[in-house]
Amino acid sequence: MAYGKKVLDHYENPRNVGVLDKDASNVGTGMVGAPACGDVMRLQIQVDDKGVIEDAKFKTYGCGSAIASSSLLTEWVKGKTVDEASEIKNTEIVEELELPPVKIHCSVLAEDAIKAAINDLKSKAG
Amino acid sequence: MLTPTYMDYSATTPVDKRVAEKMAKYLTMDGDFGNPASRSHYYGWQAEKAVDEARSQVASLVGADPREIVWTSGATESNNLAIKGIANFYHKRGKHIITLKTEHKAVLDTCRQLEREGFEVTYLEPLSNGLLDINVFKDAIREDTILASIMHVNNEIGVIQDIQSIGDICREHKVFFHVDAAQSAGKVSIDLASLPVDLMSFSAHKIYGPKGMGALYVSRKPRVRLEAQIHGGGHERGMRSGTLATHQIVGMGEAFAIAKAEMLEEGKKIKQLRERLLEGFSDMEEVVINGDIEQRVPGNLNISFNYVEGESLMMAISDVAVSSGSACTSASLEPSYVLRALGLSDELAHSSIRFSIGRYTTEKDIDDAIRLVREKVEKLRDLSPLWDMFKEGIDLSTVQWAAH
Repeated sequence: MAYGKKVLDHYENPRNVGVLDKDASNVGTGMVGAPACGDVMRLQIQVDDKGVIEDAKFKTYGCGSAIASSSLLTEWVKGKTVDEASEIKNTEIVEELELPPVKIHCSVLAEDAIKAAINDLKSKAG
Repeated sequence: MLTPTYMDYSATTPVDKRVAEKMAKYLTMDGDFGNPASRSHYYGWQAEKAVDEARSQVASLVGADPREIVWTSGATESNNLAIKGIANFYHKRGKHIITLKTEHKAVLDTCRQLEREGFEVTYLEPLSNGLLDINVFKDAIREDTILASIMHVNNEIGVIQDIQSIGDICREHKVFFHVDAAQSAGKVSIDLASLPVDLMSFSAHKIYGPKGMGALYVSRKPRVRLEAQIHGGGHERGMRSGTLATHQIVGMGEAFAIAKAEMLEEGKKIKQLRERLLEGFSDMEEVVINGDIEQRVPGNLNISFNYVEGESLMMAISDVAVSSGSACTSASLEPSYVLRALGLSDELAHSSIRFSIGRYTTEKDIDDAIRLVREKVEKLRDLSPLWDMFKEGIDLSTVQWAAH
């Protein structure tokens, strides 16, 4: 199967790879997927005191499309408020990366990851 | 554009130039293009002579009588003909069949079909090294068992089953024994004159012959009968009708003859290359070889780089054409059923890469592959949350995953 240009670009040069301090009160961590399914994503966001995402990092175990989906998402959420970020839909990722039908689950996983990170952040503020 | 280095010889092989040149002589007006079944003229006789020679060449590699070779379109058809042919012919004797969970789909799906037609099939689990425990096999035999189908060499992990011992047990219990030898012919020596095997499937394209061509060995002593699956002009003694594809048959014959002449030397060379490849990964952390390393064909190395997903690794090493047990592309997300049957964890199965090397692989190819794999595995592990967790000493099996 051949990969699209944008998937390849994110895969070759993944943006925002790394780790944020998961214990910090302004960092939310979302880890989704399972090794048994062949993909695990860890997405982290760091917000400033106005609730704007100032940094985002990820690490992903999975196929090229899973890596590209998470890389793209970290780019998108930076500069957005938490509420704006929570509205990102997997279909937007599918469209941007031109993912084929068999890879749609990668985008779903990325959407789940950002939602999980936001929930983690909210539970800390809670 | 530079093409990737081919290291997927278990999927298929290029046709040897010597084979292609010979095949070309059986196609055009100035060649022997006749129908081997035309008994009334020169063109038919010439084609028939070529088919007979090829039949002898194929039989010679595996120690069979030429009259025991039935031409088919490939190993898939051979497997279908052997299994359905026996089941349909001998169904009054019993309705039980034994096979292995790691068989090729051409065997497994054929068995599934027979289950739908009222047969009972036992799918045996191999040991964790991929080999069949002879006692497990013996225990599975019942009064009504008519057929056992066990592959010689596995296509994914390359392990070699002990078909002599399995066959001995079959003979003792009067069970027909079919062996899928698509991956073993030309790599492992086979002598059907002494082996207790009733039926054996062969493929041409796995040993530098053309695709779309295969054969089924059907033993004459003891005599094995089959119900034909393709009906027509009564070719191949009624077992497989259809005009013989002379050029394909000649190609298969030539490929088998070359294998007979060169397999010993070639096997040594390929084994050295595989050892070089394995040596190149030996000091890496968390690397697992799948399948027994001793009872294995020289050209196969199936290896898991833990915490790196196989498909993304294949994508990263796109300069080398290999295959993976990962199934990220399939809707089911199920990794290789062969690796699962060995008891491998899903993540190790997802992390597997199959290198299969062959006639045209060079030392430089191996060294380039080692360098590339090492670099990319390191890169992908840096990207992997599982690798982080492993390094932190977290046991991944204790983690509550949000499966999807």
